[in-house]
This record gives sequence, structure tokens and C-alpha cells, in this order.
Amino acid sequence: MFAALANPLRFMAFSRWAAPILGLAALLLTGAGLTLGLSAPPDYQQGDTVWIMFVHVPAAWAAMLAYGCLGGASFISLVFRHALADQAAKAAAPLGAAFTGLALVTGSLWGRPMWGAWWVWGDARLVSVLVLFLLFLAYLALRASIDDEAKAARAGEILALIGLINLPIIHFSVEWWNTLHQGESILRPGGPALAPVYLLPLLLTGAGYSFAFGALWLARTRAEVWRRRATALALQAALR
Amino acid sequence: MVLLRRELALAWARGGGPLLALGFFAAAVVMLPLSLGPEPARLARVAAGAAWVLLALASLLSLDRMFEPDFEDGALDLLSLGPLPLEAVAAVKCLAQWLVTGAPLALAAPIGAIALGAKPAAAPIIAAAAALGGLAFAFLGGAGAALALASRRGGLLIAVIVLPLLTPPVIFGGAAIDNFQNGLPWLTPFSLLAAYALAAAALTPFAMAGACRNAAS
Repeated sequence: MFAALANPLRFMAFSRWAAPILGLAALLLTGAGLTLGLSAPPDYQQGDTVWIMFVHVPAAWAAMLAYGCLGGASFISLVFRHALADQAAKAAAPLGAAFTGLALVTGSLWGRPMWGAWWVWGDARLVSVLVLFLLFLAYLALRASIDDEAKAARAGEILALIGLINLPIIHFSVEWWNTLHQGESILRPGGPALAPVYLLPLLLTGAGYSFAFGALWLARTRAEVWRRRATALALQAALR
Repeated sequence: MVLLRRELALAWARGGGPLLALGFFAAAVVMLPLSLGPEPARLARVAAGAAWVLLALASLLSLDRMFEPDFEDGALDLLSLGPLPLEAVAAVKCLAQWLVTGAPLALAAPIGAIALGAKPAAAPIIAAAAALGGLAFAFLGGAGAALALASRRGGLLIAVIVLPLLTPPVIFGGAAIDNFQNGLPWLTPFSLLAAYALAAAALTPFAMAGACRNAAS
């Protein structure tokens, strides 16, 4: 499928339909998840704040998904020198930063009533998500500071791959430091620890956020393709 | 070996070698009690950790001089045409950076920490953690410096790129020092620090070589 989509023409034809469809699916899934989630009973420990989970946890998932896509696209671009992969990487970075920021803000809003503090430095997962945010910012800063498009692309790829090492550290930090944050409650031996009333809306919003990321990613990649085409046309016109 | 000697000589000639980083470290250690207040009890609690993070910042200082001068005067092009692969050149440069700033800072770190009120018994572990951490700082910092070559605004950009990557060694080193002072098992974070430093030394030369080729193309 990726080989077929590597052709920019075919990608544009595909994404023209795929982006709105994904966006619609994202709206429906997130809407359904939030409706179900908000009608779920308050948690016996967390009370009403459990509802923050439905916007917080999917944002964190989408943030990691975005970095995975950024790393994957960078790898493809670095190894196969494919222009479209670089455009995809460039398009994924600001989205990832936005989702990471959303996860940090909602997590902080949840932490205030539950842990009694907006921010807890003792928690490794909080800190490593913050580091993920900084990595996105570093990637954006590096790309923005290099004028030459091709050089910016290569430098960004290398940085994205170095940062990819950070992703497993985020995931396993929960077990390494064993801190305040909830342990893994979805993917664990013995089945999810979450009650079905919460699990179903969470999975729905999770899928919705992922689709939203996909739709926005496609749209941004399309915009990037158009932008480069416009630049090339302008150059041609100027040379004539 | 010749390259290493050249790098060391150049480091002395260009920026006074370790003096700049040591001077920054000393000045920052002086600023800390001035901002936190002079009570020994409070200072003693943060002493080792503060010395550790100031060390990380001090090792950022000379990064923008690592590749930039060689890139400007064409020496990097000559080196990339030479018999040594660019990966090895980058590794040697990082090694020289570590010898010139990391090793002296590793010796200065316990002094700074004790001056702030850390227990003298913790000096060996602080020096060892600083030496290992300095290795990670030098190699990751080199990767940041090489990446920033293609842009025309080195210094601050390098710090923005490198600092997020330095968090794991800072966490591991801080935990090792802290655990040692409180009589807790310190070998686990210390080994993690060593693993991180060695992995950085093994992997980042490829990134640096790629970044240098990219900037020169």
C-alpha cells in the first residue's frame, strides 16, 4: 500500500478522499466516545474528574502515534530518499506538538484535584512526555532555522531518529521508576484493569483522536505538496 | 591519534581549552547560594544535584566550536576526503571534547558539590558519574552541533536540540548520586548511566557524519 502511495499523483488522488473520510470518522468516533464517556457514572475514587481521562489519555496516545509517524517517515525519507516521506514528516511534527501539549495540559488539570498539584516532578511519565514535547519543539526549531529545504529535511530526519530512542523510554519509564502515575492498565497480562463503562468510551475516543491525527496529517501533507509545487512554479516563472 | 592531538591542541588554542567551561561552572556554583540563600542545611540537600545539572550546562558551552571552525575553513572537507571515515573523525572530535571539557569538569564537580555542602564521602561517585555523563554529553552534544551546522545560528539552537536528549543521563546520574548519599542502592542508575553513555558513543558518530555530509553538500 505504501509503495503504491509513494507516487505523489496517486497519493494526492487517494488523500483527496481519504482525508475528509478520516475526519468524518474521527468526529463520529470522538463524539460517540465522549457521549458515552460523559454518561458513565462518576468513579468511586476519582469522582467526576475521571471524565478528563477521555480527552487526556487519547491525546497522549495520539502524541506517541505522531512521533512514531514522524520517526517512520523520517526513516523512509533518509533511507529511500523519498520526497513525499519528508513532506509527511514535516507535516506530522506540529500536529504531534499540539497533541503532546494537549496531553500535558489536560493531565495537569486532572493532577490538580487528584494529586493536589498541577505538576509532579517525581513522576517519570510526566517528565518524559514533557521531553517528548521538547523534542517536537527541537525538531521544529531545527527545520525552521535551516533555509535550504533539502538540508533542513536531512537534518530533521537525523534528529527525529535520534529522538526515536526516547519513545521506548517513555513507555517503559512507568516500570523503571514505578512512580505516582497509574501503571499500565490497558495492555497488561490478565486483561484490562479498567471497567467496561470506561474502557469502551476510552477506546472510541482513542480511535477518534488517531483518525483525527490521520486526517489532519493527510491534509497537511497535501498542503505541503501544493506549497512545493507552487514554489517550483514560481521559480519557473521567474526564470523565464 | 594524530587527529586527536590536533583536536586537543586546537581546543587549547581556540578557546583556552577547559578554562571556559571550568570558569562557567565555578561562577554558576557561586551564583547558586546567592539565589537560594546561604543556609547550609538547604544547600547541602541540593548540593550534589545542583553540581550535576550545572555540569551538564557547562558542557554545552563549547559545543558550537566543535565543528563550526573546521566547517568554515574547509578542514572538514579535507578530513572527509582523507583515509579515515567521517564517522571516526566525528568520534575522535567528541573524544577530544570530552578530554578537554568533560574530564576537567568531572574533577571539578566533586569540589563544587562539596563547596555547596555535599558529604566528602560522595566525591568518588560524583566524579565517576560526571566522567560517564560527560561522555554522553560530549557525544550527544556533538550530534547537536553537527546538526546545527547547516543552519547559520549555532549556539542557542544546539542547546534546544541537545537538552531534551540529555535528560536520561541527567536523571540516571542524579539518581545514582542521590541514592549513594542516602545509602540506597546506587549501582542500578549508575549502570543505566554507563549504558546510555556507551550507547551514545556507539551510535551518534553515524548521525554526526550524516549531518556533516548534509551540511557540506
